[in-house]
Amino acid sequence: MYDGGKIITGIIIFLLFATFPFYYNIGKAHVKPDPKLDTPVIKQLKEKKCVESKSYMRAYHMQLLDDWRNQALRKANRTYRNEEGKLFEISLQNTCMKCHSNKQKFCDECHKYAEVKPYCWDCHFVKEAKEGGAAR
Amino acid sequence: MGALFSLGVVIALVLVALVGVKGAHLQSLFGVVIPYLAVITFFIGLIYRVVKWGKTPVPFKIPTTCGQQKSLPWIKYSKLESPATGWEVFLRMALEVLLFRSLFRNLKMQRSGERVVYGSAKWLWLGGILFHYSFLVVLIRHLRLFTNPVPSFVRLIESFDGFLQIGLPNLMMTGVVLLGAATYLFLRRIYIPSVRYISLPADYFPLFLIMAIATTGILMRYFIRVDVIKVKELTMGLARLNPTVPDGIGTIFYIHIFLVSTLFAYFPFSKLVHLGGIFLSPTRNLANNSRMVRHVNPWLYPVKVHTYEEYEEEFREKMVSVGIPVEKPLETKETEEASEEESEGKE
Ligand code: HEC
Ligand code: HEC
Ligand code: HEC
Ligand code: HEM
Repeated sequence: MYDGGKIITGIIIFLLFATFPFYYNIGKAHVKPDPKLDTPVIKQLKEKKCVESKSYMRAYHMQLLDDWRNQALRKANRTYRNEEGKLFEISLQNTCMKCHSNKQKFCDECHKYAEVKPYCWDCHFVKEAKEGGAAR
Repeated sequence: MGALFSLGVVIALVLVALVGVKGAHLQSLFGVVIPYLAVITFFIGLIYRVVKWGKTPVPFKIPTTCGQQKSLPWIKYSKLESPATGWEVFLRMALEVLLFRSLFRNLKMQRSGERVVYGSAKWLWLGGILFHYSFLVVLIRHLRLFTNPVPSFVRLIESFDGFLQIGLPNLMMTGVVLLGAATYLFLRRIYIPSVRYISLPADYFPLFLIMAIATTGILMRYFIRVDVIKVKELTMGLARLNPTVPDGIGTIFYIHIFLVSTLFAYFPFSKLVHLGGIFLSPTRNLANNSRMVRHVNPWLYPVKVHTYEEYEEEFREKMVSVGIPVEKPLETKETEEASEEESEGKE
């Protein structure tokens, strides 16, 4: 090979960048998120059901929240009727966070794993259950 | 027609993944086996191509220059346009790779009456640079699916990319720019007749493929959402070489990843390999220093020569016998006789 030294150096640098995910995770424990549903309010529920079905919530909860925000603030509509016809008050704090009062063990558990930091808590207030230390 | 053919191939790829996952439930084939094969093909293929280029001799110094060459010390020379040292070549290459400098000089030839005029044409450069950088950013952002904990530079890039804070999930600008730029690059091939004329299926196919990847990605993020936690379980499995296939991931994810696998596997065998090729272009990576450093043509193989000595050795007897003068006398019995004859002949 002509200029083999330079070319091989180049290939090695490229491989160092391109295979990053394969060596970065070595030796790091892989902890899957485990959102906890054991809040007092949920425990008292007769039917352990969220606003919508579980699979819908897992994939679409941020779009639901976006819709809620627009309904409440742009359309002055503060009630939400779910698929089953059940009514909910549209509110991040008084609805979602009433049942899921364990933000750190619920929302944050997934969000840390997926590396999303919703900016909602810049303004919205979380009453953290005991653990203390709210916000993000 | 090249365009329609390529579009057909990409649609077929989407259908293959759709039928394979929805119909035949081949989640682990599309989610694990094919991605691994594609990545292996990508690395081996790319290294193979680069090594093959490295083995190809460059017979001449052929940098394309557009500035004064370095010669006498009192003549100012152009360091970037006609680099004379390795460092200047490095700078020139860096500007080329990072800013697409030569594409920036792209001109447009037009006739103005009887005259030919050249106007500036920056749209291709703009489209190209937006395309490549948004591709890079999208790729880096995807690291959040392949690393745990996610390194902070990914988060940093995400926060810049999403600073418009439009909608939920947060709109990432580069995803949209990527699709827009790829669409522009495609329309350019269709609308400009001279470019359409030279466009082949191999030009359209990568564009359609990337447009399809971006479209499925955007659909998956903003419209037909998937459970990203489960997706990350799968992708982390891939990165940790410990694959798992959680069930309940939407088909759109498998379509996305199948198209991406196609792109990776296709990469080393197509024009996309300019990723490596740009670094091995002799018209860019050579210094214009042929007045100072002798460039030995590596092609110079030992030429078969037949020297006069060898010639005489072969034919001496015959030469002597017909009286042709030789430099070395015959070494036979008649040596003396012959040499006498020779000297006579010379006189
Ligand atoms: C009435 C109480 C209640 C309210 C209000 C509520 N949830 Fe839930 N949520 C639940 C329960 C119970 C589950 C578990 C559902 C299941 O297992 O089927 C759940 C599940 C979820 C999940 C899936 C968690 C997992 O482990 O897969 C998400 C995400 C979620 N909720 C988000 C929200 C958001 C966002 C809101 C506000 C829009 C909200 N929830 C409002 C009770 C509630
Ligand atoms: C700049 C501060 C700010 C940020 C950031 C913010 N909000 Fe709000 N939000 C408000 C204010 C102010 C209201 C109005 C409260 C009212 O009228 O009840 C509101 C109301 C809402 C409501 C309806 C009313 C209620 O009681 O909850 C929802 C739902 C909501 N926000 C969701 C979100 C979500 C989801 C995010 C994060 C993506 C978010 N907000 C980020 C300030 C903010
Ligand atoms: C099952 C795991 C899970 C749980 C539980 C969960 N989320 Fe999420 N959430 C996600 C994932 C994953 C994303 C990122 C989706 C993406 O990037 O496409 C997300 C994104 C969001 C976003 C949009 C952030 C952005 O910047 O795009 C908001 C807002 C949000 N979640 C609110 C909540 C709230 C509030 C709760 C608790 C009530 C909650 N989530 C619980 C998994 C979860
Ligand atoms: C194996 C590799 C890949 C996997 C597993 C993957 C997976 C995903 C997933 C899960 C999403 C949705 C993200 C979300 O909902 O937040 C997404 C979005 C997207 N993907 Fe990929 N992807 C891969 C490679 C690529 C490549 C190579 C490209 C091309 C540049 C690409 C382009 C996009 C785009 C444009 C989006 C839209 C959202 C955004 O801008 O982030 N993906 N991808």
